[in-house]
Amino acid sequence: MSESINVTLKVWRQNGPGEAGRFETYPLENVSTHASFLEMLDILNEKLINTGKMPVAFDSDCREGICGSCGLMIDGQAHGPDRETATCQLHMRRFSDGDTITIEPWRARSFPILKDLVVDRSAFDRIIEAGGYNSINAGNAPDANAILIPKIDAEAAMDAAACIGCGACVAACKNASALLFVSAKVMHFARLPQGKPERETRVARMVAKMDEEGFGSCTNTTECEAACPKGISFSNIVSLRRESMRAQCSGRSTR
Amino acid sequence: MTLESKVPSGPMDKRWSRHKFDLKLVAPANKRKHTILVVGTGLAGASAAATLAELGYNVQAFFYHDSPRRAHSIAAQGGINAAKNYQNDGDSVHRLFYDTVKGGDFRAREANVHRLAEVSVNIIDQCVAQGVPFARDYGGELANRSFGGAQVSRTFYARGQTGQQLLLGAYSSLMRQVDLGKVKLFPRREMLDLVVIDGVARGIVCRNLVTGEFESYAGDAVLLCTGGYGNVFYLSTNAKNCNVTAAWRAARRGAFFANPCFTQIHPTCIPQSGEHQSKLTLMSESLRNDGRVWVPLKKGDTRSPREIPEAERDYFLERRYPSFGNLVPRDVASRASKAVCDEGRGVGPTGLSVYLDFAASIERDGENTIRQKYGNLFQMYEKITDDNPYEVPMRIYPAVHYTMGGLWVDYNLESTVPGLFVLGEANFSDHGANRLGASALMQGLADGYFIVPYTLGSHIAGRTLAKVTTDHPAFADAVKASRDVTTRLLAVQGSRSVDSFHRELGMTLWNNCGMARNDAGLRSAREKIRELRDQFWSNVRVTGKGEELNQTLEHAGRVADYFEFAELLVIDATERQESCGGHFREEYQTEEGEAKRNDDKFQYVAAWEFAGVGEDPKLHKEPLTFEEVHPSQRSYK
Repeated sequence: MSESINVTLKVWRQNGPGEAGRFETYPLENVSTHASFLEMLDILNEKLINTGKMPVAFDSDCREGICGSCGLMIDGQAHGPDRETATCQLHMRRFSDGDTITIEPWRARSFPILKDLVVDRSAFDRIIEAGGYNSINAGNAPDANAILIPKIDAEAAMDAAACIGCGACVAACKNASALLFVSAKVMHFARLPQGKPERETRVARMVAKMDEEGFGSCTNTTECEAACPKGISFSNIVSLRRESMRAQCSGRSTR
Repeated sequence: MTLESKVPSGPMDKRWSRHKFDLKLVAPANKRKHTILVVGTGLAGASAAATLAELGYNVQAFFYHDSPRRAHSIAAQGGINAAKNYQNDGDSVHRLFYDTVKGGDFRAREANVHRLAEVSVNIIDQCVAQGVPFARDYGGELANRSFGGAQVSRTFYARGQTGQQLLLGAYSSLMRQVDLGKVKLFPRREMLDLVVIDGVARGIVCRNLVTGEFESYAGDAVLLCTGGYGNVFYLSTNAKNCNVTAAWRAARRGAFFANPCFTQIHPTCIPQSGEHQSKLTLMSESLRNDGRVWVPLKKGDTRSPREIPEAERDYFLERRYPSFGNLVPRDVASRASKAVCDEGRGVGPTGLSVYLDFAASIERDGENTIRQKYGNLFQMYEKITDDNPYEVPMRIYPAVHYTMGGLWVDYNLESTVPGLFVLGEANFSDHGANRLGASALMQGLADGYFIVPYTLGSHIAGRTLAKVTTDHPAFADAVKASRDVTTRLLAVQGSRSVDSFHRELGMTLWNNCGMARNDAGLRSAREKIRELRDQFWSNVRVTGKGEELNQTLEHAGRVADYFEFAELLVIDATERQESCGGHFREEYQTEEGEAKRNDDKFQYVAAWEFAGVGEDPKLHKEPLTFEEVHPSQRSYK
């Protein structure tokens, strides 16, 4: 495998919210195949700065695939071509010499663009605010082993809790539905005994908030699961539907 | 000014209970009259903000990310310590306390560490109640693993994503308080100054990172929970945006900075792959439970690792430290790795790495067991290096990971500026000269859930706080000072990028103030830093405007602060003429190459008072006394 490649980047540039955007084309030579995708963008930005141009704005922080800050549409795929890989974990060895790579921000009405590739995902925080928690105060919890939790339940809760809140599921969905994100949080709590007291109100409030924020409806195309860097399963959405029905029938879905 | 640690007297194990009783209380009806500004929403900040809101205070939380859930605590992998003794293997509060004081090479304050060990057990209870899905055994009880510097299993974990799950727990408590109207969030804000009125911290100035506007916020106390300064080295395991700016600007306003030279170099990180490298990635210490560290016995052995027979391998940690083996503390493991690389026995293309080999444990326990324990770490390693660690050993090398130094705080976590509290990695208090693995999460959450909610009362109820609004002239002054820095940065219009300056500064520090330090190197580093700083201010190129989302400008402000802070770091390292923990001075070592402390001269906390850029800072000493754990030469043999 060659150690460095030449690529052509087509990058979405937009000066601010509500402004007209456009694609700009940048050739980039001698990119090490060991570099990560974001390091490749760092190299582009250094070049732009050195020629007095504005670098491309993009969110990124931990660069280990866990903080959920980064997220780019790469050649039309959320987080790019690799399965279960966040943008920051994608490496240039995945690309070939001479490739043209198209880079866009997440596109969804509920994630307005702030600049270039940076979007506002605060709608996710507002969904969590509507019940993505257990109502307990610090200081009065019982001993951690007082309630035994079967390993299988703890593992299933962890599978759902692994969501990093990056928004790839929304970006990948043709309807910009946030149901994978919401269901992961609902099912994380629903599988634990500690989550039971608010089980019905949680799902009802979070789903209502999701709708209010303008996310689209789920039509079972499962593109979200394919795009998720943490492998959050579509089965969470199936379970969420049952949780919703259960809550409606229980008469306990309002606070 | 003399430093008052405010450590209570009496038997060590009764001090915190007594102090809690002695602390002034704020009545519930009065708490709602007070506004608390919390900067940073990592483990310390999110837990403090949530808990103070639960108590009834009005909280405003500031963070530079788009969401509070993205703080770098999220990247902590291995686990969190707690003295639960669930494994019946001889653990206790006293043992966790003892291990931490010893692990810190006798440079931490005993009473703080004891309190940390006491509340560690409450943290686990709190997190489980929040719904943190810790690993469990088949009977439904919590599982534990071992970490460096301990001979018991006291580390709780959620796969290799413990920090993520603990932070999401704290974040959920925080968002509940947002829902209840007790916390207001201020995303994409960077704190640029502390506002001190009548000697008391009463507000902050932030830059709105979306609009570029400068904003003022007034309150009755300020909590800095802004993490460590590891990124001053450029390459570290910290997230790209971690920085020293909030802490440093507070230092410029009078908060003393303690022990900046106590930096932690973590032994197990993925080695640098080229010049494009933007950061380094940690491979959790927990891997040393099952991975064995080795290099070839012979210099320049270029055979592939699987072709090197057992007899020609040197498992140097097991050889040098038989009783702790691969689980020696981080400072010890890092130095040992550096030593074998210096001898020319390092592996990989640059010779700057050692093997971390899982072949023996895969043979013993099966690949499936190893996958369950470390699956996500192995996957992360493979994505970065393109090597499969189930088949070939990982290659690792030490990297900057954590900073024990930080703003000086007393037993109440209050800095030398009254009303300014400092929590988590941003303070200096509990880890001495070296932090043990799985103790950072413990400290961040201890400070936020269980300590500051009590100690804040000493300030709120103990002082008369006149009403202050952002109309006070001190706010206008602070806004002007912050705006001036931004204007200056944009005005230079030089020819060199911010990133290139940051890289050169980092390299200067790594070469002279990294794993091994000496007087001559440190003195030359100080000169070099001053030269570079002058060049930065005359030749940096910051594109764009101040009144917009401008990431280059954000970075430039942080690097400008690193240039001032780096000089202090080097001065502290020069003045501390001993080796202890992560601070290894080549002049002071035992015959076996271990760190040699000088307790007669340096058994103190060095707290530095800012005296102006380029001026010598003023040293204040807080002597350390040890009543329970007597200082000795640390031995892990």
